[in-house]
Amino acid sequence: MKYLILIQSNERSLAIWDKMTEDEQMAFGQGHLRLSAEMGEAGVLVASEGLADPSLARFVSVRDGDTVVSDGPYAEVKEHLAGFYLIDVAGAKEAHEWAAKVPDAATIGVEVRPVLDMSGWEF
Amino acid sequence: MTSPSLEDVLRTAAPQVLGAVVRRYGDFDTSEDAVQEALLAAAQQWPVEGVPDNPRAWLIRVASRRRIELLRNEEARRRREALPPDPIPSVRGDDELTLLLLCCHPALPPVSQVALTLRAVGGLTTAEIARALLVPESTVGQRISRAKKKIRGTGFVMPSPSELPDRLIAVRQVLYLIFNEGYTASSGSSLHRVELSTEAIRLTRQLHGLLPGDGEVAGLLALMLLTDARRPARTRADGALVPLAAQDRSLWNRAAVDEGVEIITAALRDTALGPFQLQAAIAAVHDEAAHAADTDWAQILELYRLLNAVAPGPMVTLNRVVALSEVDGPWVGLRALEQAAGDPALANHHRVAAVRAHLLERAGDLAAARDEYLRAARLTLSLPERRYLESRAARLR
Repeated sequence: MKYLILIQSNERSLAIWDKMTEDEQMAFGQGHLRLSAEMGEAGVLVASEGLADPSLARFVSVRDGDTVVSDGPYAEVKEHLAGFYLIDVAGAKEAHEWAAKVPDAATIGVEVRPVLDMSGWEF
Repeated sequence: MTSPSLEDVLRTAAPQVLGAVVRRYGDFDTSEDAVQEALLAAAQQWPVEGVPDNPRAWLIRVASRRRIELLRNEEARRRREALPPDPIPSVRGDDELTLLLLCCHPALPPVSQVALTLRAVGGLTTAEIARALLVPESTVGQRISRAKKKIRGTGFVMPSPSELPDRLIAVRQVLYLIFNEGYTASSGSSLHRVELSTEAIRLTRQLHGLLPGDGEVAGLLALMLLTDARRPARTRADGALVPLAAQDRSLWNRAAVDEGVEIITAALRDTALGPFQLQAAIAAVHDEAAHAADTDWAQILELYRLLNAVAPGPMVTLNRVVALSEVDGPWVGLRALEQAAGDPALANHHRVAAVRAHLLERAGDLAAARDEYLRAARLTLSLPERRYLESRAARLR
């Protein structure tokens, strides 16, 4: 079972980040690196990445067959996706245990979503 | 009779050779390296020099020699005892079984048991396993190396008679997991996953050969064959799911159905009853009906009652409700479903909503059925199932 752990960035998390000392911020970042390594060693990590600043986001749309790339209408957005962990574990319980180890779980919390799979079923 | 391909010969021999080498020298890790090198040598030499009269003995001899060299390299550091004499190749049937039991060691989590079994007994490469399980190769590699570390020091011996039944339960469960992993794949990268069910059937067939008196192994093999037989009818060309009732039964693999029926019939007659046999018997009743309308639901209901007594569980409860409504009508089914839904394991389960929708539709309450189909679609974790449930809802608009 694959699960996606989503880490959001919002006004609350930014306020917490700003209050941290430089050492605390460093430790926070290292916590993410350590967790990725730990997930890797446990054989559960599929992928984990942090996302670049939303100001670098571009909005891509196709109109009449032409691809248009523009600065997104996202300037006003107060919350954006900051990073994610994709893990493959036995079930929800184990996914929640890993999510609790994400440094952000101790600040604003993280979201855990099951990934749809291609399995079928029969009556 | 065509002669088996070189690859088949090597794949069949690999676990037997590994079993023989581990039994003689211990240390799973080093033995596996040695066997890999022997297989590589065979793949290079046999096409040129011809296949030896006794391929397995050849492989054991080469792997043993290599294993001794690897051992000597370790010894060079430690200078310990003299080496055992060059062994006389022999394979005991229980070596393969011991290897399978070792891969399903209770100290290992199920995902690792699956990976290790596919690697050591199935002879799949790490890359093949990764493709089949849809996870990165490094993830599979970690699972396997951690698993090997965990069972290092475990003797290569058959578990004691008191331990054996529990270990066999784990082995059957792992084979069933591997089968399902492959069977439920339905599109995209499914080709590699389909190979998993074929692999699971191959391994279960071997186990059935080693333990012909184990009724649950026979039941598991029959269940796999009877389920896998429906594969050609299960999905449409566009990947959409076709439920059992709507499948074109002329597409089913008759040979697999006949073999499955034969195996389960013999097991039910000659061995102690168990949950896999009951599930296989249910699959057989479905597969023996020429059309969905001919299904002997009364017999299926009886089998679910038995299964509920032997191995109760939320899915058994739910399937019993489906069988009951086929026998006594949707209203009786709906009443039984409301009772079943009281089980905390079923609260908010998408299958409850899916069954309820199906029964409401049959009872003629189309508006309520539509809402339930949509609710089930939101709750499922399966993409083909979500598409199917949404299409059912759309038909009732």
